[in-house]
Amino acid sequence: YLLCASGDFVKMYSVATEETLRLMGGHADLVTGIQLNPHNHVQLYSSSLDGTIKLWDFMDGIPIKTFTVGSKLLALYALARFEDSVFVVIPKRGERATFQLVSVKLTKAAGQDLEAKELSVVLDGVDASPKSIAFGREGEYVASVKEIDLQVYFFKQKQLNRFCVSAVKTKSGNNQFTCIACHPTEDCIATGHADGKIRIWRNFYHKKEYTYSTLHWHHDTVMDLAFSVEGDSLLSGGVESVLVLWHNQSEYEKDFLPRLGSPIEYISMASDGTLCCTLHTDNRITIINSNLRFARSIQGLIKSADIKTGLVVDPRTKALVLNGEPGHLQFYCLQSDQQLFSLDIVQRQYIHQAGLNQADLVKVAFSARGKWLATVEEREEVTDPELQLKLWFYDEEAQSFKLNTRINMPHEDQITDLCFRDMDELEDDSVILVTTGRDCVFKVWVIVEDTDPEAQQSVSWSCDFIGSYHNYQATNCCFSEDGSLLAVSFEETITVWDSVTWDLKCTFCHPPGKIRNICFGRLTCSKYLIGVSDDGFLCCWNLLSCALEWSAHLNILVLQPDPLSEYIAAVSWLSKESSLFVFKPNEPRPIYIQRNLCREKIQLAAFIPRDEPETVGSEKYLWLRRSQLFFLTDTQELMTLSTKSLQERLTPASKQLAVEESLPVTPFSLLLGKHRRQQSQDDIDLGKLFVRNKCEQDSPAVKELLHTPAHVLPSASFLCPIFINSLLISKENKSAEEVADEVEMESEKTKDDSDEERDVTEMEQEDTSPLELFGEMTCKLPKYQEKELRKIRKVDYSWISAF
Amino acid sequence: MGEFEVHRVRFFGLVPAGIRCLACQPHGARLALARTDGAVEIYNFAANYFQEKVIPGNQARSVEALCWVAGDRLFGAGLGGEITEYDLFRLCVAHSVDGGGGPIWSMAANNSGTQLAIGCEDGSVKLFQVVPGGIQFGQNLNRQKGRILCLSWHPSDTHIAAGSIDVVRVFNVSSGQTVQRIMMNYRVHKVKRECIVWSIAFLSSGTVVTSDSFGRVQFWDWERGTLQESHTVSTSAVLSLSVSEKEDSIIVGTSTGATYQFQLLPVKTGSLEKRWVRTKPFQHHTHDVRAVAHSSTALISGGLDAQLVIRPLVEKMQKKGYDAALRKFTFPHRCLVSCARKARLLLFQFSQHLELWRLGSTDKTGEDGEVLPLCRMPEHLVQLKSKGPEHICCSCVSPCGSWVAYSTASRFHLYEVQYNGDSVSVKKVPKVPKLLLPAYQLQFSADSGSLFIASAQGSVHVLQLLEPGGCKHLHTFRPLSGCPEAVYLLAASADGHWLAAVGGDWAIHIYNLKCFKHHCTVPTYNCAVTALAIHPVTNNLVIAYSDQQLFEFSIPEKQYTAWSRMVQNSGLHKVWLERDSPITHITFNPKNPSHILLHDIYMFCILDKSLPLPDDSDLLMNQTTLKQLPETARQWQLHAFKICKKFQPLLFADLLDENCLVMVERPIMDFKTQLPLPIQQKKFGT
Repeated sequence: YLLCASGDFVKMYSVATEETLRLMGGHADLVTGIQLNPHNHVQLYSSSLDGTIKLWDFMDGIPIKTFTVGSKLLALYALARFEDSVFVVIPKRGERATFQLVSVKLTKAAGQDLEAKELSVVLDGVDASPKSIAFGREGEYVASVKEIDLQVYFFKQKQLNRFCVSAVKTKSGNNQFTCIACHPTEDCIATGHADGKIRIWRNFYHKKEYTYSTLHWHHDTVMDLAFSVEGDSLLSGGVESVLVLWHNQSEYEKDFLPRLGSPIEYISMASDGTLCCTLHTDNRITIINSNLRFARSIQGLIKSADIKTGLVVDPRTKALVLNGEPGHLQFYCLQSDQQLFSLDIVQRQYIHQAGLNQADLVKVAFSARGKWLATVEEREEVTDPELQLKLWFYDEEAQSFKLNTRINMPHEDQITDLCFRDMDELEDDSVILVTTGRDCVFKVWVIVEDTDPEAQQSVSWSCDFIGSYHNYQATNCCFSEDGSLLAVSFEETITVWDSVTWDLKCTFCHPPGKIRNICFGRLTCSKYLIGVSDDGFLCCWNLLSCALEWSAHLNILVLQPDPLSEYIAAVSWLSKESSLFVFKPNEPRPIYIQRNLCREKIQLAAFIPRDEPETVGSEKYLWLRRSQLFFLTDTQELMTLSTKSLQERLTPASKQLAVEESLPVTPFSLLLGKHRRQQSQDDIDLGKLFVRNKCEQDSPAVKELLHTPAHVLPSASFLCPIFINSLLISKENKSAEEVADEVEMESEKTKDDSDEERDVTEMEQEDTSPLELFGEMTCKLPKYQEKELRKIRKVDYSWISAF
Repeated sequence: MGEFEVHRVRFFGLVPAGIRCLACQPHGARLALARTDGAVEIYNFAANYFQEKVIPGNQARSVEALCWVAGDRLFGAGLGGEITEYDLFRLCVAHSVDGGGGPIWSMAANNSGTQLAIGCEDGSVKLFQVVPGGIQFGQNLNRQKGRILCLSWHPSDTHIAAGSIDVVRVFNVSSGQTVQRIMMNYRVHKVKRECIVWSIAFLSSGTVVTSDSFGRVQFWDWERGTLQESHTVSTSAVLSLSVSEKEDSIIVGTSTGATYQFQLLPVKTGSLEKRWVRTKPFQHHTHDVRAVAHSSTALISGGLDAQLVIRPLVEKMQKKGYDAALRKFTFPHRCLVSCARKARLLLFQFSQHLELWRLGSTDKTGEDGEVLPLCRMPEHLVQLKSKGPEHICCSCVSPCGSWVAYSTASRFHLYEVQYNGDSVSVKKVPKVPKLLLPAYQLQFSADSGSLFIASAQGSVHVLQLLEPGGCKHLHTFRPLSGCPEAVYLLAASADGHWLAAVGGDWAIHIYNLKCFKHHCTVPTYNCAVTALAIHPVTNNLVIAYSDQQLFEFSIPEKQYTAWSRMVQNSGLHKVWLERDSPITHITFNPKNPSHILLHDIYMFCILDKSLPLPDDSDLLMNQTTLKQLPETARQWQLHAFKICKKFQPLLFADLLDENCLVMVERPIMDFKTQLPLPIQQKKFGT
C-alpha cells in the first residue's frame, strides 16, 4: 500500500491497482506529515496543522487515538528507538518564521482523545520543510539543514555540531541546502543543494575534521534525496524530471530514469526496498521498481504552471478541461478524481529549463455538443510572438479529437478570447467561431467545404468576417443563447452584433473602467447582458431597451453563468478575501452570498452539470441543484461548494455549508509512508469480499444458481447462458436506461426552456411600461419559475424512482 | 597614486614548463619539484612556500622521479638512464651514476634512507646503496618484461611493490624474488585494453593502492592478491597518487585536471571498521595532474599546465588565516626580465635563449585609462641563443643597453651590443676571466661601468667593463664568516658606493665598492628575502621578505630606519600580509624619494612613506573608492599603500623615468593556448 497525505486527508492507494482504497479524514487542517508506527506496521501516525497527532489503523481506516499538542505541527518523524515519543516541528513561541524540532511524549493512557503536552526541544532554528530534517542510523543522531547551515545532534553524547557551506553565491548558483537524507547503516549524510550538487558528509562527529564529497549531475535544485534500504545507492530528483540512482556514492556509477513528466518533489523508498515512488509537482505519484523501471502512476488533477485556458467543461464527458502538462490539455473527471485523458495540443518537445519561452496552450473552447474543439497556443516573445489556432474534430470512431485545421497567426497579436456559437439544433456547418485579439479586431471563422480533391478531409475552417470598433483592442466575446447576437467588448465598450448579417446593432458603455468579462443571461433572462469592468462595477443591460438595467459596485474577478439555469455566479475580491455572489440577471438582489469564501484569490470558476439533480432543501441553494460550482484559486486548489453538511462527510461539525477541499492540487502530501505486506493476502481477501458482495447485490439468478445444490441443477450447458445473460443484461439494461432517461430529461428540459423563453419574451413584449412595473415583474417571474422548476423536479423524481 | 605613462608589455612569450614530479622532504619543510624541461625547484614551506632554489634544467637530462634520501639529499632519475644527486648549495648536479637498465621511469627510497630502488624500461628493479658522497649498485630484483612505471617501498623496507602495464608485482627485498603478481584486468565489450598502472603506494597495513589508466583507484591485499575496494574517480587516467605520513589520507590526480582526496574514515562512530571514502574533489588544473604530494598540512598538486597548487587542509589548521589560503604558483618567484632604463630596452630570459626588445614610443598624451596610439612599434632587436643543452640561469642588460651578460651552469658570456641606426650588432667580449661558476645573479652598476656576479659560497665577483669590448676582474667579496650557500639576489646603489648581496642562508651582506670592504650585515630575520633594492637618494636598503614583511635599513647608519621601526611596531595591514605571492621586484622614483614601487604577480604598489599606514579596519585596496570621493574627502582616506591590480599576471615592473613605467604582463590565456590541448570533456551548458 501507498499512503499519502493529501489535503485534510490521508489517502491509501493500492500499489498493485493504483486505486484509492481508503480515505482517512478527521483532521481539521492540512495533514503535514505521516509516519508508520515503527512498533506496529499496520498503524500510522499523522500530524496536522490543527495541532493534533492521530494514530490510525490504516487497514481498517479507523482512528485509534488523537493526541492534542496545541501548536501547529509542520512535520512529523517517528523512530523505532524512541518507544513512546515522536518528533514534530513546531513554530517557536513568540518568534515569527522560526521553527524548532521537539520530541512529544505520547501518553499511554486509555481513551481516544489524549493531551500530549510533554514537549522537549531537540533542535532550534530548523526549516519548516519536512525534507530538511533526517534521522540517522538507528536514531543515533538527527541532522537538519537550513539555508547554508547543517546541524547534527547526537542523542547519546548530547552534542550539537554545526557546519556551514560558504555563503558566497558563485557563478554556478547558490549552494543553499534544500534537502537531506541519512544513510541507514553508516554515519553518512547526503544533502541536496540549490545549485544541483549533492554533498555526502562523513566524519561529522568531529567539529573540524569533517569531510564531504560532491556529486553533481542535476543542473538545478535537488528537490529530494533518498537512500536505498541497504544504503548502497542514493536516489535524487529535481526539476529535470529525471530520477538519478547513484551507486556506491560514486560520481561515475549512476543510472537514470528519464522522462518522468514533471519535476520530482518527493522520493520515498518502500521499507523492503522493492519499490520506490516519486511525487511530482503536477500532482502525480510514480511507482518505480527497484531495477529503476517505471511501474505505474497515480494521477490526480495535473497542476500546470499557469492555467491560461480557464476552466472549461467538455459537454461530451462533463469533464473539466484545463491546461495539463505543458502543451497538453487534460480532461479531468471530477466524480472519480481521475484524469480521463490528456490531449497533446502543441505537439512539441518540452524542455525543462527555466527561462525558456516555449509554446503553450492559452485558450480553449468547445462547441455546444463537444464536436469541435478550438485551441490557441502561443509562444511569448517580444519581437514576434508565435500564434496558432487549431481546430479539432471529435472522431467518434477513434473516440478522440483529431486535428482538422491549423491557422498560423490568426491575429497579429495575442488572442484574448474565443467562443463558439452555441446552437444545439442547427446543422453542423452553421457552427461559428469568433476570436478576439489585441490587434483590435475580432474574426469570425466558419466551416467551408474543401474543394480540393487531394485534401483528406471534406471540411475546413476559414475566416469569414473581420470586425473592429474604433481601433480599440477586442477583449471578450460572447454569443447569446440562441446564437443570434454576438457581444464583443472593446476596452470600455461592449458592442452587439447580429450574427447573420454581421451588423453592429448597438453599443453599451460604462466608462471609465475597461470591460473585464461579459456574458449573456440565459433562459428567462436571455434579454440581459452582464458586463464586469475593472474599476469595480457589475452592470446589467437590457438588450431590448438598450438601457442599463442595474449595476452594482463590486470588484468582480470571475463571472460564470450556469449553462443549465439562469443563475450567474460572480466572485469578488475585496480586502484580501473572496466572496461569492449568485444572482439572476433580472433582479439586482443576489440570491445567494457567501462571504469569505477563501483566503486566496479565485482565478477561475466553472459550473459542472450534475449527473442527476440534487435535492435541495432550502431555497437558498436552489441554484446548486442542476450543476455544481467549482473554483480554482491562485494556488491551484480546486474547490467546490456543497450543500451537504459536513456531518455526512465524516467530520463532526454543525456548519450548514462548508467549502470542501475535494482535490489536493498542490502537493500537500508531505510524506509518503508506505508499507507492503509480505504477500498481500489482505489484498486478495478484500478482492474476494468485494466480488461476493457484488454478486449478491447484482442478480438473484446467480444467487439462486450458487445456492441450489448441484444435483438438482440442470445441465451446465443450459445454465451457462442464463448465468452469463444474468450478468450481462442487467448491466446493459441499467446503462441503457440511464442514457435514455438522461436524453429524455434533457430534451424535456430544452422544451421547457424554450417554452419558458417564449413566455418570457411575450411577457416582455407586453411589458413596455416604465420602470415602476419592473419590480412587479421580478416578483412574478420567480413564482412562475418556481413552478417550472417544481415541474422539472417532479420529472426528476419519477425518473429516479423508475430506476 | 600619481600619473604615469605605462608601457604595457605583452610580448614576453614565456611558457613555463609543466610539472613532472613532486617530492616532499620527509618530516621536513621543503618540496622538490621537477619540470618537464629538467629544471628542479625547491620550495620552502616555512618561508610561505617561497621558491627558494632553482637548479636550471638541461636539455639532455629529463627528470622522471625525485626523492629525498636521508633527510636532505635529493636524488633525481630520468629517461636518460642516470641517477643524479643534486648539490643544493651550489645548485647544480653533484654527480650522476648510470642505472644500467635503460630509461628510468621511477625511483623510490626506503624509509631508513639507505637504499634507492629504480624501475627501468627493461623491466628491472635495481637497488642502490646510498653511501656518503654517492651511491653504489646493490642488487637486481627478479626481472620480468614490461617497464616499471612506479615503485613503492613497504614502510618496513622488506618489500617493494612495482606497477607495470597490466600487472602489479611485489618483491621481497632480501631474496629479490617476486612474491605476488596482481593482474589488473579490465574488459570493455570483450576487447581487452591494456591497463597502465600509473602510480602505486604500499601501506604499512599491507594494502597496495594503485591508480590506473581507467580512472580507478584500487586497494589490494598484497598477500592474497585480492581487490579490497575499487573507486572509479574519473573517466580518464588517474596519473598520480600520494599518501599522507599517517596513512589516513590519499590524494590522487587525474588527467582531466581534477584532484581527489581519499580519507580512511570509520563507518560508524566508535566502530573499528574503517573504509576509504572519496571526499573533496578539486578542479584547479586544466591539464594532466602528473604529480601530487601530501604534506602534513596540505595537498599539493602539479600539472602540465605549469601550475603548482597548494591546498591546505583546513581542518588541520589551528586558525583561519594566511596559512589556510589556497595558493597557485605558475610563474617563477624571480625576475626573468631586466630593463635598460636609459636605452629603453628589455631583456627577456627564456630557458635556452635571450630576447632583446626596444620599447615602442608615443608622442601623444591622454587621460587616465586611455590607450595611446604608438608612433613607433616595439622592436625585437636581438635573439641570443645559448649553445649546448644547458639552460640559462641568469641574465642582465646594462642600464645603457650596450652590455648583455648571461650565464649557464658551466659558462659565462658577456656581449657588447652596438646600435648603428636601425642595425644592431652583437659582439662577444673575448677573454672573460675564469671565475668560480655558475653565476646565480648578474647585476650591472648604475653607470654601466661594472658587473656584479653572484656566485657560490656567498661570494660576489666584480668585473670592470672596459670600452671597447673588454673586461677585467676587479675583486671578489666573501662574507667574513664564510657561507656554504650561493648568493641569489644582488642590489647595487645608484651612486656606485654600495652593494647588497643575499645568500641562501638569508643573511644580507653589504659591501663597500669604493674600498672593496665588507661594510656590515643586516640583522638576520628568519625568512627568505624575495627582493631588495637600495634607494638612490638616501641609500636605504629596502628588503621584502617572503612573509610579506617590509624592512628599510639605512646603510650609512648600519641600522633600521625610523620608518621601518614604526612599521614593525604598528604592523602591516592584514590583507597585505595574507597575499600569497612574494614581492619580486623593488624600485624607486627619484623624483619622489618617499615613494617605493613594488610588485608581485597580482599587483603593483606604490608605498608612500609620508602617508600614515592603514590599520586593519581600513580598506587596503582603496584606489577605486578614492576616485569617487571629492578632493577634500580624499585627503582623509589616503594611506601609504596605493595598489593597482590592473596588470595581471605581472612579471616585471620598472620605472623608466620620472613618469614612465614599464609593465610586463603574461596573460594566462596567452600561454594556455601554447600548451597541448587538454582532454576533451563535455561540459554541461556549453
